[in-house]
Parts: sequence; structure tokens; C-alpha cells
Amino acid sequence: MTRRLVFWITLSFGVFMLFQFFIPVVGGAYRKVLDWMQVIYLSSLLVGVIALGLQHLRKVSTLSSGWGYSLVTVAGLVAMPVAAFWGTGESSVFFWLFNNMQVPMQSTVFSLLAFFVASAAFRGFRARSLPAFLLLVSAAIVMLGRVPIGTKLYFDFPAWSQALLDIPSVAARRGILIGIGLGSVATSLRVILGIERGFFGRKV
Amino acid sequence: MNTLIWLPAEKIPVLIAFLCVAAALLGVFLLKRKGKSFKIRALPGASAIEEAIGRATEMGKPVFFTSGTGEIDRMATLAALSVLGEVAYKTAQYGTPLFYPNNDPVVATVAQEVVSEAASKAGHPEAYKPENVFFVTKSQFGYTAHASGLMERLKPAATLYFGTFEGESLILAETGFAQGAIQIAATDSTIQLAFFLVACDYTLIGEELFAAGGSLSGDQEVLGSIVAQDWLKAAVILLLLVGAILATFTTFNLASRL
Repeated sequence: MTRRLVFWITLSFGVFMLFQFFIPVVGGAYRKVLDWMQVIYLSSLLVGVIALGLQHLRKVSTLSSGWGYSLVTVAGLVAMPVAAFWGTGESSVFFWLFNNMQVPMQSTVFSLLAFFVASAAFRGFRARSLPAFLLLVSAAIVMLGRVPIGTKLYFDFPAWSQALLDIPSVAARRGILIGIGLGSVATSLRVILGIERGFFGRKV
Repeated sequence: MNTLIWLPAEKIPVLIAFLCVAAALLGVFLLKRKGKSFKIRALPGASAIEEAIGRATEMGKPVFFTSGTGEIDRMATLAALSVLGEVAYKTAQYGTPLFYPNNDPVVATVAQEVVSEAASKAGHPEAYKPENVFFVTKSQFGYTAHASGLMERLKPAATLYFGTFEGESLILAETGFAQGAIQIAATDSTIQLAFFLVACDYTLIGEELFAAGGSLSGDQEVLGSIVAQDWLKAAVILLLLVGAILATFTTFNLASRL
């Protein structure tokens, strides 16, 4: 029964979304659906945050492994909404916490990417086979074409680098994108028609 | 005038493409009704999932799954959830813990249902642990920090990255690599593909993500629609070749020289 209900809801909303894309006259109804999505999203967010808080509170109360991390999570979950009660303007505590704690922490994680790129490049650029050798040569040309020393070594490196990016790289990306486009349309049709039901349970 | 209101001219090519896909799908369903069965080439990445889960079971370590930062309206996320259903079914059968921290509350809610349903279908409803499939945060790097930390603590034997990824892809994949896990990735984010190709053991490229669920389940209707996709791809390749030949003739004015 639940499966059938989910199927009919998916079918009706899927067909409606198709219509509103091709026929903009029904744009008003589309905006209403977007409002409902916000309601669903906020409800899910609330459920998710409560579940997360309870899970970490349980870990703290039983002092199970990693409870210190859970304590930090619970503290963050409580501190930010409480701080928001006193305003979210530029001079508020909330804003200060956001700018001086959350933003630097996010930047720190993002900056780790530089080290991971280096370690991945070290592994990826080993010329163990012909394709790997070609990758290494292409990457070396692209990198040399992007830095001043490359031009000093050979004046045409920037042009070679750009040619590699504009021709073989774009051709490969377009090939992948065509596949993704077709795959996306076919998958959406499968979902709308109820053929692909993996997202609401396995067919046996 | 009316045509422009009811069907804007710029959307006509999209409509034609959509109708072509719909016609191809209809074609394979008619063939299926006539008793034709469909087969697609084996996807090494999809086949490796069972091997990875088996390895995790033997080592007594968990399986780690993530769908990146994609929301529920992305086809890549829905394709990832299809794969999740198969992974959850197998892990429930083998009694291997499955961890799936989530970046989006709606995806987390759907994922809990998928894992719970798959565990029930496998005959082990107790294998579903709600605390292992959970929402973390909407913040991209907050999520990345949590998922990386979780991988460091759990030391999973298999890490599966299926869905839409952005800057977090390499941080996650390199963390998984450092744990010595079998890594399988599939994404529709073309920029992140290069990172996964370097850091993972198997990478499903672009459209293979959408075929992975069908390939694992062996569902004839899904396989048929993947075959329809291949027909369309062949048609697109043909059109590209014709276009390239015509463009070459026009650019170099070859017709006048013949």
C-alpha cells in the first residue's frame, strides 16, 4: 500500500514538473510546490538535527568511545541557536561565532585539500603504463604552461597548455556530459514511471 | 504567438530530446513484453561492490557509504540511493555494519527508509541501525570533517562514494585511501572524476553511476532502459560525426572544390 502511494505521488508530481518545464503557464502552481518543498525540507532538518543531538547526548551520558567529540557537537548544536536569540546582525554574538569559529574551521578543512592534491598527484603521475605516461606528460605541460618558469623554459608552453585544455580535455568532458545527460533523463523517466524504485526500497 | 506562450521556442529542442528518450524507453519495454531479455556489459566498479563488502565482512570491519553533497532532486543522488539499497541488502545479509553520514536532511530521511527496507528484505531487520545512517550538517566542509573523522575512527574496509561531489571528494577519498579501504566511486561531477580516478580502486564514470543500480539488481526493466540509453548515445555519436563532416566541408569550402 505504502509503495503504491509513493508511486502515485512520484508519478503525479513528476508529470506536473514536466508540464511546468515545457508550459510556463502553470508557473504559479510550480512556485506553490517549491513552497511545500521548503516545508518538507525544514521538517526533515528538524528531525535530522534532533536525532543527531540525541545520538550525541547518549554518547556523552554513557561516556562511550569518542564522547569528547560528541560533547563538542552538542555544545555547538546548543550554542548557535541560543546565540541567535540575541540577534543575528553584524554586532551579534551569533555573527561573531560564525565569523570567528565556523568560517575558520571550514577554511582549515578546505585548505587540507592542497596536501591531498599533492599526495594524490604523486601517486597518479607515476608512469606505470602508456596512459599513465601520457597523463604525466599532459599534466607537466599544463602545469608548465601556467607558471612563469614554463614560458622561460620554452615560450610556447602556455599555448600547448591551452590547446590541451581546449581540445582533448573538452572533447572528453563533452563525451562524459552527453552520457550524463542521457543517463539523467532516462533515470528521471524511470523514477517517474516507477521502474527505478531503489530509492524507496529494494525490489525482490 | 500562442505557441510562444504555451511552448517557448527555446524549449523545443529539449522537448524533442525528451521525446526521443521516451520513445527509446517505450521501444525497449515493447521488446521486453515480446520476451526479449536485456544485458549490459559488466561494470567492473559495480561488480567490485560485492567483493568489497565480502572483504569488509572477512576483516570484521564496517562499510562506509557517502552520497556527497547532492540533494534529493539530483538524479545522481537517486541513483546513489538505488545502489545504497543493494549495498544495504548485502551488508544486512552478511551482518556487516554500514555507516552513511549524510549532508542533507531529506536524503538522510530517505536513506534511513532505504536501508531499513533493504535490511527487512534481507531477513535481518535488526541489521538496520538508525544511528549509523544519520544527518550531520549542511555545511560542506563541516560534513567533510565529520566524514573524514568517522573514517579515521572506524577504519572501514570498504568505502563507497556514489553521488554528487564537490571540493570534498579528494579529502574523503584520500582519507579512505589512508585507511587501506577498497574504494569505489561513481559521480556525475566531471571535475571530481579526476580525483576519484587517482584515489580510488574503481571509478564509475558519469553515466555508469546511473547504470550501477540496475547492474547490481539485474532488474530487466532498468537494464532495458540502459540499453535504450545506449541506442540514443549511438544516435548522438552519428549526429556528431555528420555534424563534424558538414562543418569540415563548410569551413574549408570543400564542396566547391569537388
